Amino acid sequence: MEATVLKAGFDFTGIYGFFDDLLPESLDWLAYVIAAVILGAVLLNAIIISTALYTWFERRVLGRFQSRMGPNRWGPFGLFQPLADLIKLMTKEDTIPEGADRPVFTLAPIVFLVPALLVFSVLPFHSSSFIGKLNVGLIFIIAITSVNTLGVFMAGWASRNKYAMLGAMRGVAMLISYEVPMGLAVVGIALGAGTLSLSGVVLAQNIPFILVMPLGFIVFITAASAEMSRTPFDIIEADSELGAGYNTEYSGIKFALLQLNEFMAPLIVAALVTTLFLSGWRGWGPVPGPIWFVIKSFVIVLLLLWVRATWPRLRVDQIMGFAWKGLFPLAIINIFAMAVEFQVLRDDTTGALTTGDLWIMAAANWIITIVSLAVIANVLGQRKLRRPEPVPSQLANMYADRPAPESATQLSGEVD
Amino acid sequence: MYGLGLAKGLVVTFKNLVMPSRMVAIQYPDRKVGLLGLAKETGTNPLALLFKEPGQALKAMAGMATVSERLPQHARFRGEEFTWYEQRCTGCASCAKYCPLGIIEIVTSESGEQVQEGQKYNIDVFDIDIGRCMFCGLCVEACPYDALHMGSGFEEGTYRRADLVINKERLMKAPKRPSTWFRPQLAAAHFDPHKAKEGQDVEWSDAGRHEQPTLEEQEDKWAKR
Amino acid sequence: MPIKTEPVTINLGPQHPSTHGVFRLRVTFDGEMVLDAEPIVGYLHRGTEKLAEERNYVQIVTLTDRLDYVSAMTNNLAYVRTVERLGNIDVPERAKYLRVISAELNRIASHLIATGFLLDELGAFHTPLVYCFREREHILEMFEMLCGARITVSYMRPGGVLQDAPEDFWPRLDDFVKTMPGYIDELEGLITENEIVLARTRDVGIITAEQAIAGSITGPVLRSTGVQWDLRKAEPHEVYDRVDFDIPIGSVGDTYDRYLVRVLEMRQSVRIIKQCVEQIAPGPVRTAGPFVIRPPVGDAYDCTESPKGELGFYIVSDGGISPYRMHIRAPSFINLTLLREMLVGWKIADLVVIFGSIDIVLGEVDR
Repeated sequence: MEATVLKAGFDFTGIYGFFDDLLPESLDWLAYVIAAVILGAVLLNAIIISTALYTWFERRVLGRFQSRMGPNRWGPFGLFQPLADLIKLMTKEDTIPEGADRPVFTLAPIVFLVPALLVFSVLPFHSSSFIGKLNVGLIFIIAITSVNTLGVFMAGWASRNKYAMLGAMRGVAMLISYEVPMGLAVVGIALGAGTLSLSGVVLAQNIPFILVMPLGFIVFITAASAEMSRTPFDIIEADSELGAGYNTEYSGIKFALLQLNEFMAPLIVAALVTTLFLSGWRGWGPVPGPIWFVIKSFVIVLLLLWVRATWPRLRVDQIMGFAWKGLFPLAIINIFAMAVEFQVLRDDTTGALTTGDLWIMAAANWIITIVSLAVIANVLGQRKLRRPEPVPSQLANMYADRPAPESATQLSGEVD
Repeated sequence: MYGLGLAKGLVVTFKNLVMPSRMVAIQYPDRKVGLLGLAKETGTNPLALLFKEPGQALKAMAGMATVSERLPQHARFRGEEFTWYEQRCTGCASCAKYCPLGIIEIVTSESGEQVQEGQKYNIDVFDIDIGRCMFCGLCVEACPYDALHMGSGFEEGTYRRADLVINKERLMKAPKRPSTWFRPQLAAAHFDPHKAKEGQDVEWSDAGRHEQPTLEEQEDKWAKR
Repeated sequence: MPIKTEPVTINLGPQHPSTHGVFRLRVTFDGEMVLDAEPIVGYLHRGTEKLAEERNYVQIVTLTDRLDYVSAMTNNLAYVRTVERLGNIDVPERAKYLRVISAELNRIASHLIATGFLLDELGAFHTPLVYCFREREHILEMFEMLCGARITVSYMRPGGVLQDAPEDFWPRLDDFVKTMPGYIDELEGLITENEIVLARTRDVGIITAEQAIAGSITGPVLRSTGVQWDLRKAEPHEVYDRVDFDIPIGSVGDTYDRYLVRVLEMRQSVRIIKQCVEQIAPGPVRTAGPFVIRPPVGDAYDCTESPKGELGFYIVSDGGISPYRMHIRAPSFINLTLLREMLVGWKIADLVVIFGSIDIVLGEVDR
């Protein structure tokens, strides 16, 4: 029996098969349930503990960016900090504002958390998906990540607080605008891979798709960060403006769930980008697949963290302008280019693309990317550093009755 | 443009991430050290540390060993405590009069000493309330006899507000490591209260700008008027 | 059926992460657009002007530290200059140089805070803020060397400066002057050409030169609208006429120009400090005089260019040891005159940014 488990792999089929052999025919459904519970428990624990460790990691790295240490007091290297935060949040009073919509208020964190966990259940960490072998994995991902829009609105509405409502409304507007480019970028992937299933996408990446469709990568990673409200798009929880946005009234465990979702977001983005663009678990050498997956996600996570530490955030109307006027045309260009190349290059009998075809597509797509980014930047980016020469006003001039020195009118930066 | 400004920002942050000279955080009061740091602190070889004190070495490798760390302070730092020499104090209460907040309370009684020079009074009560003090140092500036100096420490936290009133006994027993603020004679002697060890206190005879003039010198001055 | 909307009035209450202190702003908006903004001040009022009537002229120096608590040296400077004008007290040369060095160091510190907090309000996750504070630490350590305290310095006295600088101050200052321009370059690299900062601050919160002068605005806010007016050149005092520096002005009068004017002023301050270090000569630092000053009966007003604008003190003396009346012309308070004009018509996100670019300190606004 041991051999059976190891050979079939620690995934759904394997465990189901194991228990199926064990139990009599009439209790097949029980094998199903047991397999689901075991794997669900493993996945849940793995994801949540990774998220907790990721909070530690993020705080340490952000501290390092800011010339300070992150938390390093509790436990070796501060690793018990997430535990300390959890204990603090658990012991806090779970307040519900008077007049708030209780069922909606309580359900909102759950509506946030469940889709995030469901995304992980279909990602292939090894040659097959861990739990759900969907052959419409791409559509499932796009659909499921849209559910957190509902969560934002539920949280803001149920709090019965003007600040929270404002934050939630802005957030919902932003989130639904960014689903469009995200979905369109994924269309490009579907064209390149020829299949909608995630394992199929990974297997089709003989060259990682980041090289084949850089425009799609840029659109997807930007749209996904916005969807998960990371800087520079984090107006939802803009804590320097009106209070804390939609999670103003949350405290205790509900707040812990919301924070869990916030910190799970970069992990989700990284996992998705790795699967779709960086050829997932495929690597070379003796290193097993899941380790490659973790390494690649780690790189993306560091990139997102770097961006978070550096750039300020955009205003709501600028964010939506960027989505509709910037990312949407780029996504359309991406689909168009991919479709044309696919039609031209594909094998007429099987309909598949060879590796050589992928290289040709890569070359063409890079040129298209650079040209279209330049064009869009030119159109949108009118905020050039135009610094017109300042003219001293005639209204009041301290040099009115004495001669001005020559360098007084310029914004001179010289220090002799 | 075209995103180059954004890229420049990313380069600046990256530089701050990797250059060790930018990590300026001072981990007061305990700094976490690794094995090499602990070896440097105790002045031993890391391998020797592993053998002689395996518990400490393992703690250091897990990032849990600490070394105490002080903030860098200058000798002139106006601390949250006071250094008072009762041998120099005459009870004139100039400090109490000059304090903007009126937190120094001095109660004196006649002692009959040095009556001719203006009398050195018996000091019954000398309270300074550091719960309300702003450590401006005007009292130190006012003292004509250099009896009161600013202290150099800042760790004066107590659990009760009433304990923040320093009374005469506490002032007499406190270590005498005054700050060199407004005391050029201490600065000229290169006294640094933060580097002075236990027992290197400043004696009352070394704390003043000038010594008490003799009776002849004083009569000399009177006669000249 | 037409959709009915109604404007919402919100209190950006005294406790808020972005209001630079306890400042209350009652804002009315329609969706995201600000319709009206009413500032309500007074939450930090401590009665400085009244307290000054009970204290003598040297004790008031400790009160002035706490007005604009991020730039205590310039507050001290304005106050002691007024007392010297009132009492006709001379100041030795070395004291003047030390005063200018401290005031310019404080200008750099205050502008670092202004820039850091502006970026914090833009949302840059505190990274530029921490960088600015890291550089400000150097300045505060130098203040500790001069006078024993970092922020509430009480360094100046009528008639000069309290104490001369210790020997280890000068090498420290030289190091600072050498490394600061490189640091300002780095800060500009992080912020000045950042497209997101430009998108958020260009053409946001514009005031024209006419509006600024009509509203009695002074300081970097005035200079960003293009008016060339700086008290250090218009009414040269201390040693400002012996050093060579420029006055940067802005072109458009928006938030970006206000930020840029402050950064360029920091560079000019470094230039001033360098020249002062070259020109300073040994000598006394405080005119000998009575311990408790009694200026003659009369009144005097004197002002200096603090990092926020024109800081002035008006003191009426009745011949006693305390002033009869002291009034403080606080630049932050007067710069708030145009707050409503600057904020109406912009969005919520801009509100916080425009307010931050005026750079007020509540200690000064409420005194």
